Amino acid sequence: MLKKRVGIEVSLAVAEAVKLARAQVVSAYPITPQTHIVEELSTYVANGELDAEFIPVESEHSAMSAAVGASAAGTRVYTATSSQGLALMHEILFIASAQRLPIVMTVANRSLSGPISIWNDHSDIMAERDIGWVQLFVEDGQESTELTIAAFKIAEDHRVLLPVAVNMDGFILTHMIEPVVFPEQAEVDAFLPPYSPALRLDPAKPVTMGPVGVPEVYMEAKKQCEQALLDSKAVVKEVLGEVNAAFDRKYDLVETNGKKKAKTLFVTMGSLGESVWSAVDALNEDGEDVGQVRIRLWRPFPVKEFKKACKGAKRLIVIDRAMSPGSVCGPVAQELKNVFYGDKDAPEIIDVVAGLGGRDVPVADFREMYRLAKKGKLDKTYTLWGVDGNAD
Amino acid sequence: MLTDIAIDYEKITAKNLPKECMISSGHRACQGCGEILAMGMVTKAAGRDIVVANATGCMEIVTSPYPQTAWKLPWMHVAFENTAAVGSGIEAGLKVLHRQGKIKKKPHVICFAGDGATADIGLQALSGALERGHDMLYVCLDNEAYMNTGIQRSSSTPWGATTTTSPAGKQSKGQHTQKKNLPLIAAAHGIPYVATASPAFHLDLMNKVRKALAVDGPAYLHVYAPCPTGWGLAGAKSVEIARLAVNTKVFPLYEVIGGRFVISRKPAKPQPVLDYLKPQRRFRHLGENDVAAIQHSVDAAWDYLERLAKATGKDEE
Ligand SMILES: Cc1ncc(C[n+]2csc(CCOP(=O)(O)OP(=O)(O)O)c2C)c(N)n1
Ligand code: SF4
Repeated sequence: MLKKRVGIEVSLAVAEAVKLARAQVVSAYPITPQTHIVEELSTYVANGELDAEFIPVESEHSAMSAAVGASAAGTRVYTATSSQGLALMHEILFIASAQRLPIVMTVANRSLSGPISIWNDHSDIMAERDIGWVQLFVEDGQESTELTIAAFKIAEDHRVLLPVAVNMDGFILTHMIEPVVFPEQAEVDAFLPPYSPALRLDPAKPVTMGPVGVPEVYMEAKKQCEQALLDSKAVVKEVLGEVNAAFDRKYDLVETNGKKKAKTLFVTMGSLGESVWSAVDALNEDGEDVGQVRIRLWRPFPVKEFKKACKGAKRLIVIDRAMSPGSVCGPVAQELKNVFYGDKDAPEIIDVVAGLGGRDVPVADFREMYRLAKKGKLDKTYTLWGVDGNAD
Repeated sequence: MLTDIAIDYEKITAKNLPKECMISSGHRACQGCGEILAMGMVTKAAGRDIVVANATGCMEIVTSPYPQTAWKLPWMHVAFENTAAVGSGIEAGLKVLHRQGKIKKKPHVICFAGDGATADIGLQALSGALERGHDMLYVCLDNEAYMNTGIQRSSSTPWGATTTTSPAGKQSKGQHTQKKNLPLIAAAHGIPYVATASPAFHLDLMNKVRKALAVDGPAYLHVYAPCPTGWGLAGAKSVEIARLAVNTKVFPLYEVIGGRFVISRKPAKPQPVLDYLKPQRRFRHLGENDVAAIQHSVDAAWDYLERLAKATGKDEE
């Protein structure tokens, strides 16, 4: 059956996906550019289109706290946030994963103050790399819709039981009107069974959640959480496979574009990947030996899959969307340097921090980066693109 | 603001006092701890059909070191300042499960938090939860300082008490601000039920719990909880000091039902505050003038409470 594509703002598509997933509790606090998602969800609840409790909390700290409580009570829980809101949740993000609560959260990626900026980059989530959540990055409206539904399936799988953050670029993606094909409710119901918690707060079977971890047990508890996160990779792959089968897609943990076995690869995450894709296509047409690797799963980092995608490459140009002040380079490049450390055939890793605070990075800029990298003119540590002086 | 609320609840008397303890012995609270005593009474009165959210603080620490637990109830601890928000989420979750027919009965939700977790860092989450009207009971266990981290002052520490961050010294009488009036702040949210209680008056306390659980919507219970360790008091004296707090009018017992103030206990012959202050090391440095000043503010607060009761009470026919 041919399904209709509808032109829809991607935020509203995400809200629709949460409705199709039959979330039971939504707790949220408004912050640009996430607002449209939860506004739409509150409307669904108000209209009786979604049988959920909408908790209009008084802060993001409480949004995540209420999400933790509702998840522990045994319900499917959703929230969304961005930037300062994510930062305000920081304390509770660790607890949500340590207590193995399968909350799904959209992060509409946005820069952090100061100076205050509502525009897109990845500073918010990069400050939350170590929270123990599964972290995905989506690139377009269709993927935002489908992976939001998939996120519940990944999170709630009893082999995982971890919260999942779905990262989507603020404005660039959240506020874009794109053509999206929605699955039918029955298809989603078949794909995503009702949430069945491993444990819940039930007077008939009392459990103690969140006890004190004395030194004799703390490290073991941490190890278990890490193991759960590492093991989730296989489930993410499996669920992406199911999405591919159900909705005829080709999602994978990492993806490649451009020339096969290219010597130079751009590495991207999120929606800038589309611009890089265009640049790579054009460069390939000019006969340049360049390709692209896009990271969809950021935590747990798919080391094996990423290395495989980079096989034969001599140089990676990493597009970082956040700084790591005082370190040697941006967070994604740091990660990749770790990934390749000690490998004999490790590629050179050149980091370009670009597009912070919503700064435009047009396709031509990527061509320029490539040209400079090829001539050895890009700094070996990192370049703050457009600020550090990138010309020859 | 005033609404007439008739509370239909099963009264506890000396004869039908619930026997089952929901917090087992062997927990690690100090001897004579008023918080654990009060928490035991609250959970006894509440029974089995409840879910507990507990803030970081003494009560969380002493009842839950893994792999042991003192809790016979479903219990969750998340963090220090967010118990009201966690409780909100639990309540909303149970509500939707009940509505969707996934659970037969919706259990009550009870939040426990210290005065620090309530009056200071958690006040925003508490206010949010009360304003949103979650059907749950929030219990503040007021031992008048941050005990878990080593007796630091809170905004609920009374004037003149010495703590590790409001120490008495040459230039200081100890805490130099007045105790924040949490029950009044809770009542200002227009919630159906607010009360103060003391473990020295256990039937009163337990019936207030019953009433709090019987009303629809949020209820707030502020419980006086002596801390022998923090107050410099013999462990055996905590119930005695709790009784003295009421009989000296230092900690008045009252209810605010639908906005109407009802004083639960009017000491026929109030004792002087000195009787209350004397056994506690935290007040040892105070002189006669200081005691007189405390007496003055205690009398003024009582007078204010009586006027509130008069102003909001029903006219006697
Ligand atoms: C965000 C945060 N800040 C500080 C602490 C440290 N802390 C833990 S318990 C506590 C004081 C608890 O005092 P109170 O709420 O009065 O409870 P009590 O221990 O007296 O029962 C503090 C400051 C914390 N856990 N989290
Ligand atoms: S320090 Fe005080 S409040 Fe804490 S357990 Fe001991 S007596 Fe109770």
